[in-house]
Amino acid sequence: MPTVTMRVNGAQTSADVPENTLLVDYIREHLRLTGTHVGCDTSQCGACVVHIDGKSAKSCTRLATQCEGSEVLTIEGLAAPNGTLHPLQAAFKEAHGLQCGFCTPGMIMSTLDLLQTNPKPTDPEIRSWLKGNICRCTGYQNIVKAVELAADEMSGS
Amino acid sequence: MYEFQYAKPSTVADASTTLSADEANQPLAGGQTLIPTIKQRLNAPGTLVDLSGIGELTGITREGSTIVIGAMTTHATVAANATVRDAIPALAKLAGGIGDPQVRNIGTIGGSLANNDPAADYPSAALALNATIKTSTREIPADDYFQGFFTTALEPGELIVSVAFPIPEQAAYGRFEQRASRYPMVGVFVAKTASGIRAAVTGAGQDGVFRCAELETALTSDFSAKAAEAVKVPADDLMSDLHASADYRAALIPIMASRAIAGTA
Ligand SMILES: Cc1cc2nc3c(=O)[nH]c(=O)nc-3n(C[C@H](O)[C@H](O)[C@H](O)COP(=O)(O)OP(=O)(O)OC[C@H]3O[C@@H](n4cnc5c(N)ncnc54)[C@H](O)[C@@H]3O)c2cc1C
Ligand code: FES
Ligand code: FES
Repeated sequence: MPTVTMRVNGAQTSADVPENTLLVDYIREHLRLTGTHVGCDTSQCGACVVHIDGKSAKSCTRLATQCEGSEVLTIEGLAAPNGTLHPLQAAFKEAHGLQCGFCTPGMIMSTLDLLQTNPKPTDPEIRSWLKGNICRCTGYQNIVKAVELAADEMSGS
Repeated sequence: MYEFQYAKPSTVADASTTLSADEANQPLAGGQTLIPTIKQRLNAPGTLVDLSGIGELTGITREGSTIVIGAMTTHATVAANATVRDAIPALAKLAGGIGDPQVRNIGTIGGSLANNDPAADYPSAALALNATIKTSTREIPADDYFQGFFTTALEPGELIVSVAFPIPEQAAYGRFEQRASRYPMVGVFVAKTASGIRAAVTGAGQDGVFRCAELETALTSDFSAKAAEAVKVPADDLMSDLHASADYRAALIPIMASRAIAGTA
């Protein structure tokens, strides 16, 4: 069984896992970080989105072994150590960008990637970016609002 | 998932050796097609040969009048690359419209062309631009490379190393998206190339990507959105499935070509 080693939310992690272990299973089952969700088995829903080396990716469609030596960021890595929410998390709460919350970790990790390259996205840019994130509850309206709110907050306008 | 082994070679030669050792061994690029099929138990690899450690498979360069893109270059990289945007903006646009942002961050041009999904975007650009597929053993012109439904000229163990796209005088891409899968239901890539007008259609053909003679004839006499829209495409060899009938796809082809040229696709 190969040993995989990667940094997750800034901490070095390592485990012996079978070759067919998905990154999401490494995160959920081995590290017990269960904020990253699995909503489908067709790579289409985006509930499992994390950042791998700074870019958003579907952790259900990546092997743990492929992430050897990588820097991984999950939803648990966003809030400050004292519990202060990241501006995107705060905006989703403020704008009612969630109902059941199942899609929310993926929504936030995905749109964090958007805001890193496009700090003030337009409504159509946000909607187009969210193609890979499915929500069964909200109808997306408040998710888009939350991202706009976070963009304002994060760019200080 | 079935059990499999994993290897991460650092040269094309080492990858080829592992791949030819057993026909169950398979190359792994971004895994955005391969991993879902393994998860569904539709595929049982022996050893997955991860190509991401092979430096010679990445990078984008301009070599005279061609743009050469390494097989492991992601869709997001192609979409954002200044050289591609400058020389073949339609190709950058195509890459930037594939699937969703997370698929584009990981999926690669080599994986897409090796897979040759009948609804994939890249095959239309490769065929319309008369690209050359450079492999671990030879160079294959796009006209010989695509051989039907999920079928290519690649031999077992043969790796795509890079794809060379001759820079066209003009090119445009239009796709009508199937909203649930995010793949094109019809995608049309039209190009004014050194070897004449070429138009390739993806998403619609029963045998995968194909050159559309009706569009090519019309656009050769008048390369305009209006001329494209007036074309009648026969539905005979087109796909019918739960998303659309062959007739509907036939009707969409000239519309997508026309919108591509008009810049409204
Ligand atoms: C939700 C979703 C939506 C998508 N939407 C689209 C879309 O709209 N349009 C589109 O075109 N695609 C779409 N895709 C597919 C995506 O573009 C894939 O990235 C691509 O088809 C395969 O590239 P990959 O790098 O992930 O290859 P992999 O999945 O790793 O490999 C695919 C196949 O190619 C082989 N292979 C890989 N690299 C090489 C090489 N260098 N030489 C020889 N063989 C090789 C592998 O063995 C495998 O058989 C979508 C995928 C998903 C999950
Ligand atoms: S769990 Fe649905 S895309 Fe990963
Ligand atoms: S809030 Fe329930 S799925 Fe999005």
